[in-house]
Amino acid sequence: MWRKVLLIACLILFPFAAAQAALEITITHGVNTAAPVAIVPFAWQVQGPVPNTDVAAVIGADLTRSGRFKAIPDKSMLEKPSEASAINFTNWRILAVNDLVIGRIKPAGNANYQVEFQLFNVYTGQQLLGLSVLTTPQGLRWTAHKISDLIYQKLTGQRGAFATRIAYVEVSGKAGKDSHYALVVADSDGFNPQIVFQSNEPIMSPDWSPDGRYLAYVSFENQRPAIYIQDIYTGRRQLVSERRGINSAPVFSPDGKSLAVVLSSSPDNPDIYILNLAGRVLQRVTHSDAIDTEPVWSPDGQSLYFTSDRGGSPQIYKVNLHGGHPQRITFDGSYNARARISPDGHTLGMVHREAGQLHIAVMNLSTGALLTLTNGDLDKSPSFAPNGSMIIYEATYHNQGVLEEVSVDGQVHERLSESQAGVSVHMPVWGPFLSQ
Amino acid sequence: MKVLRSGLLVLTIAFFAAGCAKTVQPVTAPPVTTAAPASTAPTTSTAAAPAQTQLSPLDDPNNILYKKVVYFDFDKSNIKPEFLDLLTAHAKYLIANPNQKIRIEGYTDERGTWEYNIALGDRRAQSVRRFLLFQGVNPDQISTVSYGEAHAVCSEHNEGCWSQNRRAVLVYLNQ
Repeated sequence: MWRKVLLIACLILFPFAAAQAALEITITHGVNTAAPVAIVPFAWQVQGPVPNTDVAAVIGADLTRSGRFKAIPDKSMLEKPSEASAINFTNWRILAVNDLVIGRIKPAGNANYQVEFQLFNVYTGQQLLGLSVLTTPQGLRWTAHKISDLIYQKLTGQRGAFATRIAYVEVSGKAGKDSHYALVVADSDGFNPQIVFQSNEPIMSPDWSPDGRYLAYVSFENQRPAIYIQDIYTGRRQLVSERRGINSAPVFSPDGKSLAVVLSSSPDNPDIYILNLAGRVLQRVTHSDAIDTEPVWSPDGQSLYFTSDRGGSPQIYKVNLHGGHPQRITFDGSYNARARISPDGHTLGMVHREAGQLHIAVMNLSTGALLTLTNGDLDKSPSFAPNGSMIIYEATYHNQGVLEEVSVDGQVHERLSESQAGVSVHMPVWGPFLSQ
Repeated sequence: MKVLRSGLLVLTIAFFAAGCAKTVQPVTAPPVTTAAPASTAPTTSTAAAPAQTQLSPLDDPNNILYKKVVYFDFDKSNIKPEFLDLLTAHAKYLIANPNQKIRIEGYTDERGTWEYNIALGDRRAQSVRRFLLFQGVNPDQISTVSYGEAHAVCSEHNEGCWSQNRRAVLVYLNQ
């Protein structure tokens, strides 16, 4: 029955400090087409107290958060089987549930757990998936996200992005120079926030390395901007650029060997450069007198998209790294900036200004069609989920910076609210798929 | 140059400020000697301060040099006419006090992306820097940094706040 056994040895983040604040998800706009699924509470078959992590609840929340499914509440379930032999599919058909997940958690020696789960199609009674996952007690929640990924992929054909991380910058304190900045890494649902760096000076523009191990970011800790790369597992930091003038907007190349950065050391005007991390060789990419900033790599690593006001207003341009002049990409409106590209390279996400308000928009790169996804006043810093299904961004809600997510079709909207008053959240960046 | 104090400092400022006002300065300021003339010198309104007090003109609310912030229009980095006298006064002060160094901090409001705002804040700081250089200030006296929309002085989401945040601040480093 078990097709394979997965070993999930969850990498533990370097324990700097658990963030005081945590994010809470609210689905602010869903879709009627979300398919009902039932995740039956997993049977706890281990000696000892039931853990805090409710695996089935985490899976249900993940699938619901995708906007494509809606987990039915436990209280509507007519039965709560944990073995395939105990399922009466009629009890699920009358609830109009399409898919059913059952599972159990067993001891696995050395205080570890074996989490077994099965996914069934309620109408055919066919088992679609059956797996056993070995995990530690601390890794139980992460294991639930991995199970969500597998179920999501089985049901949609698209890889799930629940067992991924996000990074963001928390700003607390009063306006002016009394603010406190923290660079936080959390699970994709905002759970388990960990501060990896903090400062009384601004922290900006975090970006993940393609392997999800490093964060590049800008820190003003020495009263001037400098770009650092930090290993989030060991905490080790490396200064990579502290040149005169601007050091801004670092983004890792798809192979992780270079950073595109913005410098203004020669002359006093921001241009885009590529910094090879091994040899620290600097290659200048743009040469305009205008502002050139916010670079992002195409998925093939052959070109960069960036923001420039060379045409009079900020617009997105694309430059081939093997030569040729930058080509203007956006034409709708007077302010299109900070592009991010979908993992398949077909869609450009950006900040689009309309009537003085900033919204998140996506542009189909084949047709040039622009679709505005959000309607806040100050929506910015878009970042694609690694499966391309959602965009996370920062927004303003009740005068506070919060994170929001929107599906790339604009249908599903949700808010990750900061639980602590006076703390604003900015510059989210969704990490890559992780191998474990 | 040793740090000049009180009356001597004021006289030095007055002397050089007056000299500066009469001659066109090249972009790179000529070296200014460290010897301060002890004789009386003509005073100007911008640099004059009560000679009997210890107060630096930078700290004197009655002196134009007390003001160290210039404000900008939305999305703009040009210096508005109402700030030209203020910046001219600071230029004269810096020329007269070649050991003084300033950091020009550029800021924006929140209605832009973080990284673009770093560039826009830098452009504002560079506008001020260029103006001071044109007045004859030695480039070695000036550094710039852009914080973009960070360190906002006003945190409400309206034009009243935004206009206060779109600014460049002259920070005297050995004040």
